[in-house]
Amino acid sequence: MEYKANREAYGKALVELGANKNIVVLDADLSSSTKSIDFKKAYPERFFNIGIAELNMVDIAAGFALEGFKVFASSFAVFITGRAFEAVRQSICYQNLDVVLCGSHAGISVGEDGGSHQAVCDISLMRSLPNMQVIVPADYNETYKAVIALSKHKGPFYLRTSREKSLNFTTHDFEIGRAYILKEGSDACIFACGIVVDLALKASLELEKENIKVAVVDVSTIKPLDADTVRLCAKNSKLIFTLEEHSIIGGLGSAISEFLSENLPKNVVRLGINDTFGQSGTSADLFCEYGFTVNNIISNIKKSLKND
Amino acid sequence: MNAKELEAFSTTLRKEILICINGAKSGHPGGSLSSIDILNTLYFGNVLNVDPKNPHDENRDRFVLSKGHAAPALYTCLAYKGFFDKDLLCTLRKLGSPLQGHPDSKKLAGIEASTGSLGHGISIAVGMALALKLKKSPSNVYCLVGDGEMQEGLVYEALMCASHYHLDNLCVILDFNGLQIDGKISDVMDIRPVREKFEAFGFLTHEVDGHNYEQLLNIFEDFKSAKKLKPFAVIAHTVKGKGVSFMENKYEYHGKPPTDEELNKALSELGA
Repeated sequence: MEYKANREAYGKALVELGANKNIVVLDADLSSSTKSIDFKKAYPERFFNIGIAELNMVDIAAGFALEGFKVFASSFAVFITGRAFEAVRQSICYQNLDVVLCGSHAGISVGEDGGSHQAVCDISLMRSLPNMQVIVPADYNETYKAVIALSKHKGPFYLRTSREKSLNFTTHDFEIGRAYILKEGSDACIFACGIVVDLALKASLELEKENIKVAVVDVSTIKPLDADTVRLCAKNSKLIFTLEEHSIIGGLGSAISEFLSENLPKNVVRLGINDTFGQSGTSADLFCEYGFTVNNIISNIKKSLKND
Repeated sequence: MNAKELEAFSTTLRKEILICINGAKSGHPGGSLSSIDILNTLYFGNVLNVDPKNPHDENRDRFVLSKGHAAPALYTCLAYKGFFDKDLLCTLRKLGSPLQGHPDSKKLAGIEASTGSLGHGISIAVGMALALKLKKSPSNVYCLVGDGEMQEGLVYEALMCASHYHLDNLCVILDFNGLQIDGKISDVMDIRPVREKFEAFGFLTHEVDGHNYEQLLNIFEDFKSAKKLKPFAVIAHTVKGKGVSFMENKYEYHGKPPTDEELNKALSELGA
């Protein structure tokens, strides 16, 4: 298995889709980072750089969608969900348009750029919008399949990708609205999304050596949530954890907590960014600093098992 | 209709606007009345190529009301054009009505884009114009922007983009009545110089009296024949509340519906 940035899959999949003349791609001066540049190289006539104007880009995406195009628009996650929020709300979601907004460089793994560039509330912002569907793939493979799948589906999507290379390990197909059980286990269950799913899986394998059985679920679609899989896994596990490279407020942890509180009340331990901003540092250092390590996941699970 | 006929017809539209805002007990008469002559020209002066029987015709022209709060003016035109039954006008702003407080493209044929939050409409219009260029469509996009709206920074992102992509299929019309909710635009946040702004952004820019039908008809003819790889801007000097003496140039009527008494007075002023 190799390490690959899942944003690379975004560009590659767009090129794969490019023969479809109904697809247009927009970017806001970050095409070489988001990887929409791959599409630009292959289909320059259907690529539009809107400049450093994310709000305008999202409204222009709405204009294209109203004219019948399937639009993929990308920028850093922090800008496309934050700077452009009003257009996402008023123009894309309110009109329920066929636009995929790809936010790359999500979370703290952006690294050295620091807190100003680290999206830690983007899932929260997008999840609360009516009509919006939220996809946070675990790796390169899943991102590639997700982009292909999104091209065939109607409505607004937020697709979250990362700057940093991560283990490319998933083999399952991708279906919108489906969560994937990567590992079974009855002592605990970790619902995870994004590039930290790999950490959950590694923690589970470590704990297995001590006969602690931890299920790992890749919740790559956060909205709509796969109710059946979440219910099933939660029912079969003593303890429930969520893990996301995002604030523990409003993201996957909230989605799982909300669902379980109404359907299968259980304690949920949310692992993520604890209501704080990020900072500069290497991606690896930041992951250590903010607790995105196999050891930290293991110690949290052990602590909870002890208290149980 | 020619200029004279449009002028005569504008009275009907003005009355209809006031009646439906009065019925809704909320809404924006000031800006609806300042922009109705522009809309009347677009819809009934043979400017917009639209067919109510085929509202999604690929070859139609697009109109985006970026100042979405002037919805009553747009609804009135669409109803009289035949997009929907005039009886619907009295449902404005009521629960379940397709005539939302601000235009909703999902609820009503003839509405090209949902607007209301200012600045977005012009940006969507730029996206449409760009999409039409990509489709090699002969259609034009017309977009009405409010002068208060020019305080939104997004407007300038849109203007820049229109010029960069040589959108000569885009006509931006500014309803320049000089007033906004909190008072005079020049007091709240001056947007002047306006003409220079449009010109600096690469627009072929013209100024007209926004209540003079000869001038309005001519300027849209000019737009259709210009096509010089540049977007087109019409600064329409207008009077807020135009046509009703006690509403004219009163910012207080930006978002205040006429009372029954005021409505009767306004209707009698406008004549039978």
